[in-house]
Amino acid sequence: MTVIPEEKGVEAIVAQESVAATAKRGLSSPWASLAAVVIAVLWTIPTFGLLVTSFRPESDITSSGWWTFLTDPSFTLDNYDEVLNGSTTNLATYFINSIVITIPSVLIPISIATMAAYAFAWMKFPGRDFLFVAIFALQIVPIQVTMIPLLKLYVQPPFDLMPLAGSDAPGGGFYTIWLSHAIFALPLAIYLLHNFMSQIPGELIESARVDGAGHVQIFTKIMLPLMAPAIAAFGIFQFLWVWNDLLVALVFGSSENAPLTARLAELSGTRGQDWYLLSAGAFVSLVVPLIVFLALQRYFVRGLLAGSVKG
Amino acid sequence: MRSLKRSGLAGAAVLLAASAALAGCADDSDGDSGAAGGTAPGDGKAECEGMTEWGDLTGRDVTVYTSIVAPEDQPHIDSWKVFEDCTGADVKYEGSKEFEAQLQVRVQAGNPPDIAYIPQPGLLKTLVGTGKVVEAPDGVSENVDEFFGEDWKGYGTVDDKFYAAPLGANVKSFVWYSPKMFAENKWEVPETWDDMMALTDEIAKAGDMKPWCAGIESGEATGWPATDWLEDVLLRTGGPDVYDQWVNHEIPFNDPAVVEGLDTVGGILKNEDYVNGGIGDVKSIATTPFQEGGLPILDGECALHRMASFYAANWPEGTDVSENGDAFAFYLPPIGDEFGSPVLGGGEFVAAFSDAPEVQAFQTFLSSDTWANEKAKTSPLGGWVSANTGLEISNLASPIDQLSAEIFQDPEAVFRFDGSDQMPGAVGAGSFWTEMTAWIAQDQSTEDSLTKIEESWED
Repeated sequence: MTVIPEEKGVEAIVAQESVAATAKRGLSSPWASLAAVVIAVLWTIPTFGLLVTSFRPESDITSSGWWTFLTDPSFTLDNYDEVLNGSTTNLATYFINSIVITIPSVLIPISIATMAAYAFAWMKFPGRDFLFVAIFALQIVPIQVTMIPLLKLYVQPPFDLMPLAGSDAPGGGFYTIWLSHAIFALPLAIYLLHNFMSQIPGELIESARVDGAGHVQIFTKIMLPLMAPAIAAFGIFQFLWVWNDLLVALVFGSSENAPLTARLAELSGTRGQDWYLLSAGAFVSLVVPLIVFLALQRYFVRGLLAGSVKG
Repeated sequence: MRSLKRSGLAGAAVLLAASAALAGCADDSDGDSGAAGGTAPGDGKAECEGMTEWGDLTGRDVTVYTSIVAPEDQPHIDSWKVFEDCTGADVKYEGSKEFEAQLQVRVQAGNPPDIAYIPQPGLLKTLVGTGKVVEAPDGVSENVDEFFGEDWKGYGTVDDKFYAAPLGANVKSFVWYSPKMFAENKWEVPETWDDMMALTDEIAKAGDMKPWCAGIESGEATGWPATDWLEDVLLRTGGPDVYDQWVNHEIPFNDPAVVEGLDTVGGILKNEDYVNGGIGDVKSIATTPFQEGGLPILDGECALHRMASFYAANWPEGTDVSENGDAFAFYLPPIGDEFGSPVLGGGEFVAAFSDAPEVQAFQTFLSSDTWANEKAKTSPLGGWVSANTGLEISNLASPIDQLSAEIFQDPEAVFRFDGSDQMPGAVGAGSFWTEMTAWIAQDQSTEDSLTKIEESWED
């Protein structure tokens, strides 16, 4: 009697392999490759057009489409010069502001969320499930709803705490931006990292306990190394979100800590007369996220797969 | 990667330390209210007249929040250097294109700037309604009485209290044309509406080009240039009083006087023989970006384009914008002489959210003729004008700004602020735009369009 399920199992494996093989054969056929290349090219054309536009002179941009570049090429770096040096404040200032905003806004939620995720996944305390559901539910609160109340709290905090916003904001007004980004990121961060962490086999933790490890040791010596791909994946998400954010910076920041996005939003001028600069501006702002993404790409892919396959 | 990560962490640590240090010394510069003592740094100097009575303002900040962004912000920052030198106060400028939304967020959250340049009387009313706007000090009120017309003061007044002095201004009653083209064809700049229509017919009959061109596409604000057309013409057919009643909804939006005005506009904008020079047919007006609406004039494919003075910035680099150049503007002539010379325009107003001495000093400075002339001198590229009658026209750099200033200073001129900026948002920045777009794009009738706007206006 025990033979039958085994046979079934073998059959299933054979069937699975043949499905995989069919898929592999189907996907690597020359036609499929051709289709993939065509899709990739079509997908890239608008970005390519944007790149070409960013090098065309103003009069060409306003009078004809980028494809005329192919028959009648004219090349200029004026747009980039205007984007980089056109403002009264050096673009480097905005760049540094963006970095100063982004790094803590990524590190704060990650460090809190990994610890919280550990507690929710591996520590038993009363009200754990209720708290976790509450945090999970917080994800559906749109950040736009929280902005005015949150800013009010920063300006007039209760219990005579130090105001974080206003004319004499401490830390150049960066605290409010960091805290806001951290607040908005935490529900998703805790949820994602908790799901990942609870999939780590319990035997690992039990054997560590047997060897005399406490929570701190388990967290630092076992969890953190295993979590690296997941943390990196979330880090990239959070980095891109903060780097591209305009709303939080506008509401909680001031002109002195305005990031790159604030400058880009104003590139087209008071009445939109300089819209031809936008293509060059788009490529300037694209550089850093692109570098970060390419540098951390393998973590990103591994982190995404880690969540789906291991379960 | 490792070294990058480490330097990032080190950077963050340095930052935290630096910000903690900043936090420690933030408390000692807090004294805000009450008059400042001492003598101003510029006391006794001739150019500091009228700025020193507030005493020594050294170390005090005034924050200014506006919708004016680079590159137009630099002339503003330069223009108050005199003030900073004379009083010792430090003026901090912040411009944002999201100004209108962000200002309300900041005011509601209790974090307003000291001074805001408000581009619409309607927004001023909303802000005064929050109770956070401070009434203008007497010095400002006196300056405005001296240098501005009553109509201007009225737009800065809410419920009989004067809050905001006018700052910059622009003339919307302009028709752009090419002086070179006019000279070649021996056309004269028209001085009455009938002359203008006769010229229009002449150009249309000659057949080289359609006389008028226009574009009203402007993203989510598509339709606003058409609302300006209606306002400008209504001021001429119905007169300023009817215009005021219409803006304040004392007469219905679809009053016969307004129907007549819009039909007059339609006589040009919906006449296939007259539009849309160099671009297409009547419907192309709705899809042409307003920035490009007048450009066919340079190609000799269109002769006339009604658009505000700030259109000067939209001509491509190298265009000679002057009386005998490639492009210039003339005043949209009145229809009949019953109502004088009505001028439709826009402008900004200076509202204050603080009554600290440095803020009041700055407010008074901005309403003076000293500032207006200073601003004119610090705008070498032009593109700025004020309705301040103390402004020396010769200080303005560009011919079109000089023409605008002459119009503002003309004692015959009857100024009216852009009506859609004063109506409730749902109308002035909503149905008025969309229905005017439908009026052109879908050939919706004048009565239908105006009736639909009237129905959307809830008192």
